[in-house]
Amino acid sequence: MLKIENLSKSFGGVAATSDVSLHFPQGSLSAVIGPNGAGKTTFFNLITGALRPDKGRILLDNEDIAGLSPPEIVRRGIGRAFQIARIFPTLTVHDAILGAVQAHRNQHTVMSRRFPLVELEERAAHVMQLVGLTGKAKVLSRNLSHGDQKLLDIALALVLEPRVLLLDEPTAGMGPEERWAMIDTVHRMWELERMTLIFIEHDMSIVFKIAQSVKVLSYGRVLAEGTPDEIRRHPEVIKAYLGDEFEAAHA
Amino acid sequence: MNARSSLLRDSLIAIAAFLLLAALPYIFPSKGFTDFVVRLAAFGIFATSLNLLVGYSGMESFGHGLYFGLGCYTFALIMQNFAVSIPVAFLLTILLSVVVAVVVGSICVNLSEIYFAFLTLAFQMLLHSLIIAWTPITGGDQGLTGGIPRPPFLGIRLDNYYHLYLFSSGLLVVCLLAMHHIVQSPFGYTLRMIRDNVSRAPFLGINVFRVRLMAYVIAGAFGAVGGMIMSLFVSGAFPDFAYWTISGEAIFMIMLGGITVFLGPLVGAVMLLLLNDVVTKLTSHYGIVLGGIILLFALGLRKGVLDFVADMWRDRRQATLSAESRSEPVASAKPVAAGE
Ligand SMILES: Nc1ncnc2c1ncn2[C@@H]1O[C@H](COP(=O)(O)OP(=O)(O)OP(=O)(O)O)[C@@H](O)[C@H]1O
Ligand SMILES: [Mg+2]
Repeated sequence: MLKIENLSKSFGGVAATSDVSLHFPQGSLSAVIGPNGAGKTTFFNLITGALRPDKGRILLDNEDIAGLSPPEIVRRGIGRAFQIARIFPTLTVHDAILGAVQAHRNQHTVMSRRFPLVELEERAAHVMQLVGLTGKAKVLSRNLSHGDQKLLDIALALVLEPRVLLLDEPTAGMGPEERWAMIDTVHRMWELERMTLIFIEHDMSIVFKIAQSVKVLSYGRVLAEGTPDEIRRHPEVIKAYLGDEFEAAHA
Repeated sequence: MNARSSLLRDSLIAIAAFLLLAALPYIFPSKGFTDFVVRLAAFGIFATSLNLLVGYSGMESFGHGLYFGLGCYTFALIMQNFAVSIPVAFLLTILLSVVVAVVVGSICVNLSEIYFAFLTLAFQMLLHSLIIAWTPITGGDQGLTGGIPRPPFLGIRLDNYYHLYLFSSGLLVVCLLAMHHIVQSPFGYTLRMIRDNVSRAPFLGINVFRVRLMAYVIAGAFGAVGGMIMSLFVSGAFPDFAYWTISGEAIFMIMLGGITVFLGPLVGAVMLLLLNDVVTKLTSHYGIVLGGIILLFALGLRKGVLDFVADMWRDRRQATLSAESRSEPVASAKPVAAGE
């Protein structure tokens, strides 16, 4: 369970996150939405330790992890993928994913190869299978297509068996068909691995189709939260954010 | 690839390489040849250790000569001043290098590239100034002369030039084997991940500072081994071995030979030492000729010799791989372009 209490962060005068309190039950699938610059990525950065909060608590199963470093937070079970895929250009898909799982099992500092890699190899193979990169295991990451790079970024987080997985716009920069394929993949891995999954998404048809719960951010604040149906009907959300785009899509 | 079999394979190659090296003096029975290989051992280990940082970790140290100089002087001083055996002096020297590397590394490894480069250089110059200033101990700018005692150990008599040759060759082979093992280990892949994307690594649970520090210390320890061989070769130590130009030479070596292939720096060391020997015989304008050749590599090839070979080989393999992974058969006709 992930519980955020009064989380705040400002950059100079800009309150990128202000007094955000949200609750994500164990195993839930939630979407975070909001216009550009609403503070969605900042929210993820605070949870994962990329940024230090000015104020507030981040409770992961009742332990306050606010202010810990990214590696410490990863070890406690929070993984993330990035808005712009962050991959390892010169490593093959297989080596990158295996490297990630080794890091997580604390075997990344082992200088001898004389330990059983089999279990880690299996985990890596399983995750490649799950995201559909098995056929590209030996391809250098930098030679992957944009969509596959996004998948690899997710796979790097997924291989760590996170209890909470944060995906920052998994469908960013994709065509309609590729989007739905990505969303299918994300949904399938949530069903199989049963982690708490939180994703940021601009496409409302995707959000309303798969999310159990939707959190709306605007100017760093929580504007609304609820089920897709509640959010769809929320007058302030329609006014402030969904607006024309939403009405056009549902006309 | 199976882990154990690749270590076994590496070891077999190492043994074969050592046997070949041991036999070579019978084919080329000249002092010039054995001297060349001893110097190659010193610089080959030194350049390869620098490449652990530059090539595998993305840490461009300009001051790696710190460890070459430190190894050279520490070993020579211990042998001259204390009645210890050569292996003990070796171990003590490595121990001191590790301590120095932990201190210097803790200060430097988290700095961004240009600051890392120059601060490591500053530490090297600090050692050089110390050597120059501390004349009673180090001999100042005259260097440490008077020879190094070489008590025999395990039947090895390093005052015999063939024994020194075998000893240096053995160290070269063992150090390369160990460093190759390290870069192929999980740790080696963590280094590559940090090099490739330092902003991603922490979110996989990697403590970047700790891993970089470990790499820096390991590189320093191997760098010191290079210095010790040099000390045995010249029977002393000279301030030049701690000067910034020694770091520059190692950088030239890895540039010439290549940073993406493990043996690149060794090949670069062969090239630079040969160039050095040939060019100094032919002309007194050593610097100009050498500079020209390095420019030729930098501008013409844009990479080291082995990088060039490896890239050609890899491009072809990746082209087949991407062609295989695509569904349209048309795609197999064109080479990789996507995502570059
Ligand atoms: N490191 C930073 N330094 C200064 N300002 C920042 C920083 N990170 C974010 N901001 C500011 O905080 C605000 C929120 O940014 P954030 O990236 O969180 O928005 P977002 O909701 O993810 O937007 P998008 O949909 O475009 O990705 C913006 O005004 C942004 O300029
Ligand atoms: Mg964002």
